[in-house]
Amino acid sequence: MRYSFLSILKNGLSGQSGWKPAWRDAAPKPAYDVVIVGGGGHGLATAFYLASEHGIRNVAVIEKGYIGSGNAGRNTTIIRSNYLLPGNEPFYEWSMKLWEGLEQAVNYNAMVSQRGVLNLYHSDAQRDAFARRGNSMRLAGADSELLDTEGVRAMYPFLDFDNARFPIRGGLLQRRGGTARHDAVVWGYARAADQLGVDIVQNCEVTGFLTEGDAIIGVETSRGPIRAGKVGLAVAGSSSRVAKHAGLRLPMESHVLQAFVSEGLKPMIDGVVTFGAGHFYISQSDKGGLVFGGDIDGYNSYAQRGNLPVVEDVAESGMALMPRIGRLRLLRMWGGVMDMSMDGSPIIDRTPRPGLYLNSGWCYGGFKATPASGWCFAHLLATDRDHATATAFKLDRFRTGHLIDEKGVGAQPNLH
Amino acid sequence: MSRLATGGLVDRARPLSFTFDGVSYSGLAGDTLASALLANDVRLVGRSFKYHRPRGILSAGPEEPNALVELRTGARREPNTRATVAELFDGLEASSQNRWPSLKLDALSVNGLVSPFLGAGFYYKTFMWPAGFWEKLYEPVIRRAAGLGHAAAEADPDHYEKANAFCDVLVIGAGPAGLMAALAAGRAGARVILADEDFLPGGRLNAEAVEIGGKAASDWAAGIVAELSSLPNVRIMTRTTVFGVYDDEYGAVERVGDHLPVPAPFQPRQRLWRIAAKRTVLAAGATERPIVFGGNDRPGVMLAGAARSYANRYGVAVGSTVAVFANNDGAWASAFDLAAAGVAVAAIIDIRREVAPSLMAQAKARDLRTILDGQVTGTAGRLVGGELTGISVRANGRNETLACDALAMSGGWSPNVHLTCHHRGRPVWDASIAAFVPGGTPPDMTVAGAARGTFALSGILTEGARLGAEAAGDLGFTAAALDLPATKDTPAAITAFWQVHGSKGPAFVDQQNDVTAKDVGIAHKEGFRSVEHLKRYTTLGMATDQGRTSNVAGLAIMAELSGAGIIETGTTIFRPPYTPVALGALGGHHRGKDFRPTRLTPTHGWAEERGAVFIETGPWLRAQYFPRPGESDWLETVNREVKAVRASVGLIDVSTFGKIDLQGPDAGTFLDRVYINGFAKLAVGKARYGVMLREDGIVMDDGTTARLADDHYVMTTTTANAGKVYQHLEFCLQVLWPELDVTLASISEQWAQIALAGPRSREVLAKIVDAPLDVSNEGLPFMGAVEATVMGGVAARIFRLSFSGELGYEIAVPARQGEALARALMAAGEAFGITPYGTEALGVLRIEKGHVSGNELSGQTTAGDLGLGRMASTKKDYIGRVLAARPGLADPDRPTFVGFRPVDGAQRLRAGAHFLPLGAPADLAHDEGYMTSVAFSPHLAQWIGLGLLKNGPARIGERVRAYDPVRGGDIEVEICSPAFIDPEGSRQRV
Amino acid sequence: MRIPCPYCGARDSAEFAYLGDATPTRPDPEAPDAQDAFHDYVYLRDNPAGAHAEWWYHAAGCRRWVKVERDTLTHVVSQAQFAGGAE
Repeated sequence: MRYSFLSILKNGLSGQSGWKPAWRDAAPKPAYDVVIVGGGGHGLATAFYLASEHGIRNVAVIEKGYIGSGNAGRNTTIIRSNYLLPGNEPFYEWSMKLWEGLEQAVNYNAMVSQRGVLNLYHSDAQRDAFARRGNSMRLAGADSELLDTEGVRAMYPFLDFDNARFPIRGGLLQRRGGTARHDAVVWGYARAADQLGVDIVQNCEVTGFLTEGDAIIGVETSRGPIRAGKVGLAVAGSSSRVAKHAGLRLPMESHVLQAFVSEGLKPMIDGVVTFGAGHFYISQSDKGGLVFGGDIDGYNSYAQRGNLPVVEDVAESGMALMPRIGRLRLLRMWGGVMDMSMDGSPIIDRTPRPGLYLNSGWCYGGFKATPASGWCFAHLLATDRDHATATAFKLDRFRTGHLIDEKGVGAQPNLH
Repeated sequence: MSRLATGGLVDRARPLSFTFDGVSYSGLAGDTLASALLANDVRLVGRSFKYHRPRGILSAGPEEPNALVELRTGARREPNTRATVAELFDGLEASSQNRWPSLKLDALSVNGLVSPFLGAGFYYKTFMWPAGFWEKLYEPVIRRAAGLGHAAAEADPDHYEKANAFCDVLVIGAGPAGLMAALAAGRAGARVILADEDFLPGGRLNAEAVEIGGKAASDWAAGIVAELSSLPNVRIMTRTTVFGVYDDEYGAVERVGDHLPVPAPFQPRQRLWRIAAKRTVLAAGATERPIVFGGNDRPGVMLAGAARSYANRYGVAVGSTVAVFANNDGAWASAFDLAAAGVAVAAIIDIRREVAPSLMAQAKARDLRTILDGQVTGTAGRLVGGELTGISVRANGRNETLACDALAMSGGWSPNVHLTCHHRGRPVWDASIAAFVPGGTPPDMTVAGAARGTFALSGILTEGARLGAEAAGDLGFTAAALDLPATKDTPAAITAFWQVHGSKGPAFVDQQNDVTAKDVGIAHKEGFRSVEHLKRYTTLGMATDQGRTSNVAGLAIMAELSGAGIIETGTTIFRPPYTPVALGALGGHHRGKDFRPTRLTPTHGWAEERGAVFIETGPWLRAQYFPRPGESDWLETVNREVKAVRASVGLIDVSTFGKIDLQGPDAGTFLDRVYINGFAKLAVGKARYGVMLREDGIVMDDGTTARLADDHYVMTTTTANAGKVYQHLEFCLQVLWPELDVTLASISEQWAQIALAGPRSREVLAKIVDAPLDVSNEGLPFMGAVEATVMGGVAARIFRLSFSGELGYEIAVPARQGEALARALMAAGEAFGITPYGTEALGVLRIEKGHVSGNELSGQTTAGDLGLGRMASTKKDYIGRVLAARPGLADPDRPTFVGFRPVDGAQRLRAGAHFLPLGAPADLAHDEGYMTSVAFSPHLAQWIGLGLLKNGPARIGERVRAYDPVRGGDIEVEICSPAFIDPEGSRQRV
Repeated sequence: MRIPCPYCGARDSAEFAYLGDATPTRPDPEAPDAQDAFHDYVYLRDNPAGAHAEWWYHAAGCRRWVKVERDTLTHVVSQAQFAGGAE
């Protein structure tokens, strides 16, 4: 069923009785052309683009829990394409362009809202680094503006301009950046992929791989073996665990990132603001909650929960940036498990095992990448060639030294 | 007035005045805002989130979804404050929220009329046409309508602080179980912390008219509290909510001053506690659940236990005529208490066909009407404000209406398992009490009383005493058995019941987020059946009450629809915080100038005297430049400082550099392994510039290291990397090469260091060194290092180094002598016009000289990129050597360090500009590198720059575009050597 | 989280800096396959969900590197010893 004015009206008048399941709760078939492991945003987007762009519809997305139960629903919903390095920026800008047409493409309102992402700077060196980045963005066809203190003040007059330990000197603004409703992205892709024939199989955990010599020819699951022409992994947070079944060690550590939301408030922050003197980013959801976060906790973890020091650090940065929030209350906090790669950038590539493809290493920035990650992974699965915007995301780049280290902190994932 | 003539734990001698929506009322000390409003017959308190329906007070505790207010005004405004836990104080001001123009007449209540269209998932299906209208039209309207209260516009004027506490046994909750647990552990001698969110310990004992040990329960509780207070090893923390269980610590917030108009002098508003406890007894009680039926959200419909609490604890009748609707025995006790307090009870309506004969007998004795096998099918209320006026009841196939202005409902009680879930423990369903009870618990936590599903008072007391004693016993304390006081248990049978089918009007599951039973049905129809999908799709349980009164019913209704049991349907787990926590409390003092510590250099006071402008450099404040009267801007000042150094002499505090002392016979070997160049053969009395890599082959840091003795070196690091390098060296030594006999010590804080630079610097230095030190070019040649004394006996280390390219020295003295050294150098240099300079001039001098610094050491550059590749030794291994040889890092095409000057000498350069070939389009394919550092060179009278350019050194003399669209820059620059001044290095060797 | 430093006792994790997996050992730089071995050493991780040996540096304490055995699913620390063994 297509969502339209008419379908809304009809159901409004009929007591909402006519809606059908957004996607079929499929049982696994014995074989598919492509099996995508992981029913998060990336996996579902991959399936959708395989079906819509490449005509490959005999596809299953298998998910160990329910779709969207991992990081797709545990992030701060920010979308942006403000990257520095040439290996990254064209990819994220492509993602931004896909966000801009997402709702029409999947007929689902994911509330993609381009209210601007503003990164504050607090020193001359930071300004120059942001200028370098803003110029990179322009070279890649993205939008960027470098604001001075007064430019920032005009947008967010309530930030602490007068008494700050690290005064706000300006900011790098991407007006096309913003937020999207994370769960709706998952559901939108799921529904659209399902309508094109993709099977979404929930409560189906991969326990191993079917092999033929070196090649991967399917997956063993908690619901039986499933053969596949190709298997794509999109299991952020669990990549090492799943890849281990195929005998692979990855350049990856799993870390917990916490995210926070306040009680609902009348509108006070229009876009996304990031603090440059600590790790802190904040926006306000359409429901009114302030959505914010900071650093990863900093130690290997699969626990999906974090600790108090980061909670305090985030609140300290929040209070330093906008001291009017002191009496607002933190409502909920949660943790997601991140694939922290060794250079802070993702991997979309073949693996040494024929038939097995890998999409991982999104660190704490995977949400914004969802559309392009799906697009490029689908392209790779369908054509066995890298998509033009994702040529740098190689698994062997650590061997060759073609690193994509935006932060310049090296092979220490907890610092990225 | 609904204040009962007698009773309650309020102080009738202490009236307090307060306002709600601008109208003045009077309450009593011991009231909450909710009890005081009810005492004044104010029953309409707020508007719901989505449909703006009129709402009243549902509960008497932290589970309140409806009675949310903006408390206080101005900079202290606190939106979304639950009136049910806000302690009344004299002068309290509160306003209703999420309504316009007024609470009674809210324009957005029209949302209710179109509610048939606004069901769960509505937003996802619409507002997509035409494309692009979302941000412009739909979303702004939705954002304005959403949200609850308003944040204060100004900075929070109050203070917050953080504190740590340690105990043997932490008892969470001071109800009957918690009091017994604390008493058992406390008498055994364990260090006990008893924390309770309420301002009055006792929990439900203050709300229920029962007897313990022959006393009123609230009196018994007060007696236990008195004994606990007398024990030196027990600390009672009221107004303290333990909100989270973390690894090895609990987070708690103490509301120190929220019950006062403003915090007391020198007191914070709230205090964040991090509590490390060896054992914990969770005695957090239980929360009553509403029943889902049409119109169950009207002001006047509330939880039965809350009605009981208002009567017994606050001496307030929640209505003149109260009906009771329940599926369990506990609600009958509420009815009896209300009747005993003199409130008219219209009827007790119970969904069960049969209840315990003792209940029927008591009802009869009190002459209360009972309706068994009955259900409330609808409510009626006032046209404006919506307050309850009556209910429809269906029983034995007959419908009737009952007039009442309050309905006390009870769908049973849910144990407060929240904290047991914080380590991802999953509660389990206990059908016998129709509730979830704790599954796994965090380490070293046990659960007592209603929180674990024990509802009989005698059982609660026994369990509390036992678990308190066990916790203490585990830790080696001997607990004597407590005498358990006599109590009489009341019946507590329940029949699971969630919603009235066929009732009239929207039946709310989650009252705050306006999620109805029908919405759960839509979610079911559309396949959002897993509990997490149900929650996310409908927003059930995501409001400020975190689903306390709604999750179980929502889940049960979904289970009914899918035909699965509750166990198969699952449950969501609770995450921290237990109740919402003020961000100010979590931030503590870390705001404004105190956000992070400020480090001052040893000469800070001296620089301040000289009028320095300071700049934040990481944790440091450093002198940026020293303006003189008459100078029009910073550039004029900096130019003067730079010229003074080149022409005569200047000084700058460089104490912020990291300084590391390395001693031991293997120190040289060790340095050889961490630097790319050699140090083992460095002569004693000499210093050398070194570059160190990370193991991945990228430059980590640079600096000079001097050899003071055969087995003694001192290293300097950059300011930014001081801590990182030290940590790295300790790793190398302790983990990689423990066989090396070297000892490291960070001496950054122990030594002040001042750089003296310029052609006259030797003459200045000569005046402060003690005889017989020879500072001539022969006595202390370039890169010489010597230990000596200065200023008449002050220990010093003198290094002949140059960052500026001029003759220069760095003089280190014990940190407390730093300021004296600055003054001595100023005095000694007076004749030469010695000039203090700041970090800006330091930057200009090094850029003129072509030295790399922080902007170039970006963590992305190799030694080769920085033109330092030739320093790398080929005769030894060192950290980073192997991986630096990877093709991607050894590629000669990588952007490499060179200098730049504008072709038009009048043009300004900007760091961050990208280089493009002349005539090429501005796109990524033509990006050839970027400008890392720029400065105005007074020496060359033009802007100069350093940067990384593809194949740079081979292209000297070529021109490229410096493209800087974010600042409107696009100019032609010429590639040149990075050494703009004295490329031969003769000036530093004189 | 508290880390039981063998010298200082149980201390808040905020006093420590975390490095990561303590299992890999620095390969022989002179071996013919040194570049591959260093790649594995620097970049590849078992990244287990469960028991994990890891390096914590007691930066705000005794400045010793401590090898901690910690469960990445529960965060429970089972043992801690100095680099090179207990002292």
